[in-house]
Amino acid sequence: MAEQELVFTESELEEIEKIKAKFPTAKAATLQVLWVAQRKFGHVKPEVQVLVADTLGLPHSHVHGVASFYTQYYKEEMGKYVLDVCTCLTCQICGGYEILDHLEKKLGIERGDTTEDGMFSLKEVECLGACGYAPMLQVSNEMYVNNLTPEKVDDLIDSLRAGNMPEFESMAMPQHKKRNAG
Amino acid sequence: MSKDWRSYEPLLIPDIPNLHKIDVYEQNGGYSALRNVLNDQDTWSRENVVNEVKEANIRGRGGAGFNAGLKWSFMPKPDGGPRYLACNGDESEPGTFKDRAIFEYNPHIFIEGAIIAAYAMTVDTIYVYLRGEYIAWVRMLQEAIDAAYEKGYLGKNILGKKGIDIDMHVAYGAGAYICGEETSMLESLEGKRGYPRIKPPFPAQKGLWGRPTTINNIETLSNVPLVINNGAEWYKNIGAETHPGPILYGISGHVNKPGVYELPSGVPVMDLINEVAGGIRGGKKFKALIPGGSSTPVLRADQLEDVTMDADSLRTAGSMMGTAGMVVMDEDTDMVDVLWRISHFYRHESCGQCTPCRDGTGWLEKVLLKIRNGEGEIKDLDLLLDITTMMEGRTICALADAAAWPVRHTINRFRDEFEARCKKSVHAIA
Ligand SMILES: Cc1cc2nc3c(=O)[nH]c(=O)nc-3n(C[C@H](O)[C@H](O)[C@H](O)COP(=O)(O)O)c2cc1C
Ligand code: SF4
Ligand code: FES
Repeated sequence: MAEQELVFTESELEEIEKIKAKFPTAKAATLQVLWVAQRKFGHVKPEVQVLVADTLGLPHSHVHGVASFYTQYYKEEMGKYVLDVCTCLTCQICGGYEILDHLEKKLGIERGDTTEDGMFSLKEVECLGACGYAPMLQVSNEMYVNNLTPEKVDDLIDSLRAGNMPEFESMAMPQHKKRNAG
Repeated sequence: MSKDWRSYEPLLIPDIPNLHKIDVYEQNGGYSALRNVLNDQDTWSRENVVNEVKEANIRGRGGAGFNAGLKWSFMPKPDGGPRYLACNGDESEPGTFKDRAIFEYNPHIFIEGAIIAAYAMTVDTIYVYLRGEYIAWVRMLQEAIDAAYEKGYLGKNILGKKGIDIDMHVAYGAGAYICGEETSMLESLEGKRGYPRIKPPFPAQKGLWGRPTTINNIETLSNVPLVINNGAEWYKNIGAETHPGPILYGISGHVNKPGVYELPSGVPVMDLINEVAGGIRGGKKFKALIPGGSSTPVLRADQLEDVTMDADSLRTAGSMMGTAGMVVMDEDTDMVDVLWRISHFYRHESCGQCTPCRDGTGWLEKVLLKIRNGEGEIKDLDLLLDITTMMEGRTICALADAAAWPVRHTINRFRDEFEARCKKSVHAIA
């Protein structure tokens, strides 16, 4: 991958100004601007943290402290797709570990690692608030993929390899007859 | 009443297609509560709104079950400076997945409830905090908020009323369970690491940026328009007497039809499992229930006869209502495994500020792992119980208690299973 220049574009700076306007202090924008940076650069390694700190006029140590506290910020480069597999309470009892094992075998890596071709990183994560649809995983901090089976996982990997992110899966409330019919 | 839950029609998330769109919400009576309040501020003075909500006894749906109106009444008198409402959509307690249904299917009932709350407490700025993983729902909520601004329900001079200025902003976290704890959430909203604050001072005195702040859960606030439209008396007649109103039950685990169900409070647990959620999968036997998220003590099947989903009944049974996130377990469930995984979660999520929590959660996990691997001894069970005693009530926030309760109660209620996994030797352990 070509080295990306460490700057925010005009439109990103505009977005950052809008974020700052929500709060009485620039500091309050730290988490949200780290997100802007991570979406752009794919990670918030120390040099990106410095960019965020300088853009907001905050001490580097503050931004570093925040980036290191929250698990969704990538402090190193990750694969093109990050698979966050939930193995917490409900996912555990509904086969979350089997899904994780299946992915380890399929991708030939262990949890915590990235495939050699840089396509996939595999992680084990805590409850993602989708327990009714267990087991499940989240792709790259974006889409939830629910009610996983090994077959569904295989399909997911194939479509990600082809460059297709999964679409948003709306999980219906079983009581709703009209809505679920429509 | 719990008797007639079968004829209950959902109120928080009624079965109306496209209700998330503001026009559809309005066509179905949406924003009429806010309109009525602002158009008749004599009847609906700020104080009267607080009193009506207090009278309705909406008990906080974030876990602690505190009367929402009573909480609002703790806000000091306005002094002209900023005041905040912080809406808790962090939803990170394992077993809990119900607030996202509001964001997805009926965001405006929440927005309307939050605006009425802000009016009642003379709040000028509302923050809604969601967990970072809920980015898809963050976007849905933002769309709904934008629509509410466009219609004049938010912003300056709401519905043309001079001086009624309320803003609503969305912020989101980045993976940290602790940010659901209310003071940790405030720290996170201020752009910092999510370290819970020592109380007092309480948020009503010194909250966001040192200013008066009230924290309410998303589902809690979504009940407010119902109370304003129909009155506290009507509301109190829904469900269990001391814990009234609709509840979003999140049912997960070994049931045939898991999902979020809206029913009155006080529905019998066994009806929820067998009728609502379609019974246990694969014809297996029901073994145990965690009734309201991972921190609420597990109950054995034989402890659940006649128990209903409300604070009183669950307390009598030996547990808590929590978030009504019900995790159902069948006969094949290994309780040692489950408890180890719960302890792993709390160890992972402890922020590390307090020694009893930082060390205690780590210790619990380590000893449980040892037992799980067949390396533990009977003595270790007593050690685990001792550790929970050392953790409870000695820390800045309730995470330590949330970690201790499941250990104590799972061991006590499934002691034979734990003993069966222990080695028989009597040597002392590290
Ligand atoms: C460790 C911990 C985690 C919590 N997580 C959440 C959460 O994810 N969502 C929530 O609404 N409340 C959570 N709470 C409860 C909040 O501190 C607070 O009581 C609640 O948001 C208040 O709203 P309510 O009175 O409307 O329930 C948590 C509490 C603790 C101690
Ligand atoms: S109890 Fe645990 S999570 Fe809460 S403040 Fe103390 S160390 Fe942090
Ligand atoms: S336990 Fe996996 S989503 Fe909640």
